[in-house]
Order: sequence, then structure tokens, then C-alpha cells
Amino acid sequence: MTNAFLYALAGSGLFVLGLHALVMHAHVLRKILAINVMGSGVFLILVALARRSGETTTDPVPHAMVITGIVVAVSATALALALMLKLAEKSGQAVLPDKHGD
Amino acid sequence: MSSLLAIDWGVIAILLPLAGGTACVLWPALSKPAGLISVTGVVLAIAGLGWRIMENGIYRHAVGGWGAPLGIDLFADGLSLIMLIMTALVGLGISFYARRYFSPRDAVRFWPIWLFLLAALNALFLSADIFNLYVTLEMTGLAAVALTALTGRIDALGGAMRYLLATLLGSLAYLLGVALLYHDAGSVDIATLAQRIQPNAAVWTALGLMSAGLALKTALFPLSFWLPPAHASAPAPVSALLSALVVKASFYILLRLWLELFGDFAQGASMLLGLLGAAAILWGSLQALRQTRIKLLVAYSTVAQIGYLFLIYPLASAGNGIAAGMAAYLAFSHALAKSAMFLAAGNLMLFGGHDRIADLDRAVQRLPLTVAAFALAGVSIMGLPPSSGFVGKWLLLDAAMSQGRWDLAVVMIIGGLLAAGYIFKVLGYAFTQAEVPHDARAVPAGMEWAALLLAIGAILLGFMASEIFALIAVDLVVNADEAGTVWTA
Repeated sequence: MTNAFLYALAGSGLFVLGLHALVMHAHVLRKILAINVMGSGVFLILVALARRSGETTTDPVPHAMVITGIVVAVSATALALALMLKLAEKSGQAVLPDKHGD
Repeated sequence: MSSLLAIDWGVIAILLPLAGGTACVLWPALSKPAGLISVTGVVLAIAGLGWRIMENGIYRHAVGGWGAPLGIDLFADGLSLIMLIMTALVGLGISFYARRYFSPRDAVRFWPIWLFLLAALNALFLSADIFNLYVTLEMTGLAAVALTALTGRIDALGGAMRYLLATLLGSLAYLLGVALLYHDAGSVDIATLAQRIQPNAAVWTALGLMSAGLALKTALFPLSFWLPPAHASAPAPVSALLSALVVKASFYILLRLWLELFGDFAQGASMLLGLLGAAAILWGSLQALRQTRIKLLVAYSTVAQIGYLFLIYPLASAGNGIAAGMAAYLAFSHALAKSAMFLAAGNLMLFGGHDRIADLDRAVQRLPLTVAAFALAGVSIMGLPPSSGFVGKWLLLDAAMSQGRWDLAVVMIIGGLLAAGYIFKVLGYAFTQAEVPHDARAVPAGMEWAALLLAIGAILLGFMASEIFALIAVDLVVNADEAGTVWTA
């Protein structure tokens, strides 16, 4: 078992853990955190897979992808938090309303 | 003439709305003219790009001169071009509607986000690598969520929140698939991947993750739970943009992946996509039939019509060109008809001050253009001749019967009948007097005409099927002629 494999395994674990939390928790902040945990899992897998077995140098392209992914994740989280605050302000609680809002 | 031909129209189609959107943020007072100028400019740029592709074949532009594998390439073939034309034309119609629809307070929020969305969509349809597709997909999703929340009403905020969580989950699954494919084949360029890809465990996992993520973003049943609340609670022009264009973006990526990478070995998975599509047609149509509010009805109709797009996967064995053509044609047809339908629904809501179908009071006498737009769009959604909906569904039906897939053919026919049911439900109430008569509020003529012109477009597209299929084939022909030489700038 190589180090890279261990990292990739941990990344998959984070992804599944986040998915579980996203589905199970009602509070929107927990859902947003769950998405972030899932994102970290994907980034960890990307970083881990950058080193191929049998090669001595690390491939920089997945690292560049992670940087881009982090920028995307930050903007998405900012939008999600802003939406959550508006929702909490209007409805008094940060949970998703019933399907059609009526 | 040749200097015009050498312009990189694809770059302009991305940069122009980005610049326009930034201008809207900096000078809010100018947002309406800046928006209309940018959208019109994009239509011209896409026309230029189309001309260039007709002359020179596939368009490929190395941004900044770097070129693949290090840089990012812009790429357009016939399929991308049709998606770009769809975005430009439907976007133009919706923009002219939005010009009159929004109050000055809402307009300064709508225009910049819509222009960013347009830039993201154009960039997505011009992308040639799966990672760039991820970035543009996220840009599209974030702009679409922001547009959904535009009114700030509680139902819109809830719908937008649900939409955002669904769309982020979809993109993360897609990104994980990108990581696996890159690890397996050492490239993100779709053309390179197509040469190197071999069915193994990593590729199968990537296929599952990417397909599930994109199906969630395209709202394929049963992953369509987020669509009706988001599309129904947004303002009418935004609903039209979401239903007509945004769901097509993720559908396009899935189609591309399937045509170029997965289609050859994933027969079983394409059967599953087809079955889900069939379920979407039945479930979405039945739900639409049950709705009492017009925008929810139209939103569930979108769920059903997306189902038709997924029937292409099990029928695609007839050859890539035909499958791509059918998909592009059906997507284009649905974009025109559904945007017209949502805009007409917006007019009816403005006219009556509510969106209860049963209380539509004599709309046909007092709002004839809008009801005509709804009816014409409905003709295409039902699939009656001579509309584009008829041609598209006929091609699908023909493919299903020639391959002995009677089950899919029966679902398509039932879906058409159910569509007739929900469309005549709206039209029936529009013709009669409601129990509680109400006064009509004025609807600007520009908004009525925008809806009607898009609906007429959906009918006219029915006469242009051969042109669409010729566009799909254009790069194939040019490639054969020039023995694979690709035009580079």
C-alpha cells in the first residue's frame, strides 16, 4: 500500500462522509459544510493521483486543477452562505422549505 | 472578406458578455443598454463563427497561443455550433422580453448575472477538455442559482438554495470523474482521451460518477426534485433561461462524453439512461397534468421533455452523427418552445396578477398574442406537425421502431398524449370565463411579441431539420476532405 493510495482512500472516505451529511442533516449550514468536506475529499484524491506508480516526478497538472477547484469552491460557498443568511432572515430558520413553498 | 473570416469569433462570444456584465456592475444605470448590446453582439459573433465553420471546418483556437496539453483550447464543431446558435437566439428573445419585464430595481441585478451566465454558456459550448467543462459548468450553475434567487421572496430563496446544493453535488461528482479519467489516461482533452480510453475499473467509476452528476444537473428523473421549485419560483425570463438553456449545458456535456468516450462500451448504462428518460416522460407529464399553477405545470413539462433527450442514448447505436443530430435538434426545439411557454406564462401572470390555471379569465380575447404563443409552443411540445417537436419526436420514434424498441415508442406516444392533456388544460381555461372575473392588467406589446416570436421559431425549426443535420455533418465532411487537418488560428 503506497502513500498515494492511502491519501486517495482518505479522499474517498471524506467524499462519502460528506455525501452522508449532506443528505441526513436538515440545517443548511451543515449541508454547506458537507459540500465542502466532499470537495476536500475530491481535492485530496486529485493531489494523491498526481504521483503515478513507477514515476519519480509528480505531475503538476492535477495540482493546478486543485487550485482552480479551490477558487470555485470558495465562490460557491460564499454564494451558498449569502443565500442561507437571506433565507434565515426571511423565514426565521435556515432549513429548506417544503417542495413548492406553499 | 477573408480578414473577417480570420477573426476569432469564439473568443468574442465569451469576452463580450463578460465585459458587458462587468460594465453593468460598474455602471448600473447603463445595464439595460449594455445588456442588449452585448446579447446582440453575441448573436453576430455566433453568426461569424458559424460562417467560419462552414468555410473552414472545425474551429480550434489556442488561448494565449499555448495550445493543448498545457493551455486551454477553444473548440467548436457542428454540435457545439448548434448549441451556440440555440443559446444566442433564445437568449436574444428572452433579453427583449426582460427589457420590459423587470422594474429598474430588479433590472440592475438581472442584466449583469444574465450576461455572466451567457459568457459561461458560450465558454462551455466552446470547451474541448473535461476540466474546462467543469469550470464553465460551475460558472453556469452559480449564475443560474443567483438568477433564481433574484426576487428575494421566500419560495425563490428556498428553491435557489435547493438548486445550489444539487448543482454543487453534481459538479463534485463530475470533478471526481475528471480526476479518475485524468489519472487513467493522462489527459483532459476529449480528443486525446478518446484515443487512449480503455474500459477498466477507473473508467467505469468515472463514467458512473460523471453520468450521475450530470444527470442530477440536467434534472433527469428521479434526480429532478430540485427543478420544479427552482424553475417555478424564479421570475418568468429567468425560468425561461433555466429551462431552455441551463439544463441543456449539462446535457450537452453528457452527450459529448457519451458520443466520444463512453458510447462504445457502455451499452448497459445507456439502456439505464433510456429507461430513466422513459420514466421521466411518464412521471413529469402526469405531474404536469396534476398542477393547478401554470408555472409549475410548465416546469414539470420540462422534466418530461428532458426524458425525451435521454431516450437518444439507447437508440444511439445507429451512428454518432445521427444521434448527435437528433439530440441537438430536440434540445434546440425544446429550448425555443419552452422559453416561449414560460414567457407566455409570465404574461398571463402579469395580466391576471396570479398563476392559478382555473382562474385564467377570458385570456384569449384580451391577450390573444400570448395565448397564441402558448398554443404554438404547445403544438411543438405535444409533437404535432409541422412543428420542430413533431420532427424531433418522429425521428426518435422512427429510430425506436426500426430497432424494435416498441416499449420506448409506446412511452413516447403516451407522453405526447399526456402533453396534449396538460396544454389543453391551460388553453381550455384561457378560452372560458372564470368563476371570479377579474380585470386585465396591461401587458407590454414587446413581451407578447417576444413570446410569440420564440414560439414561431419552434414551428419554423420544423422546416429546417435537414439544415441542422447538415451542420452536424459539416466537420465530418471537411475532415474527410482535408485528411484530418484541423484549422488553427
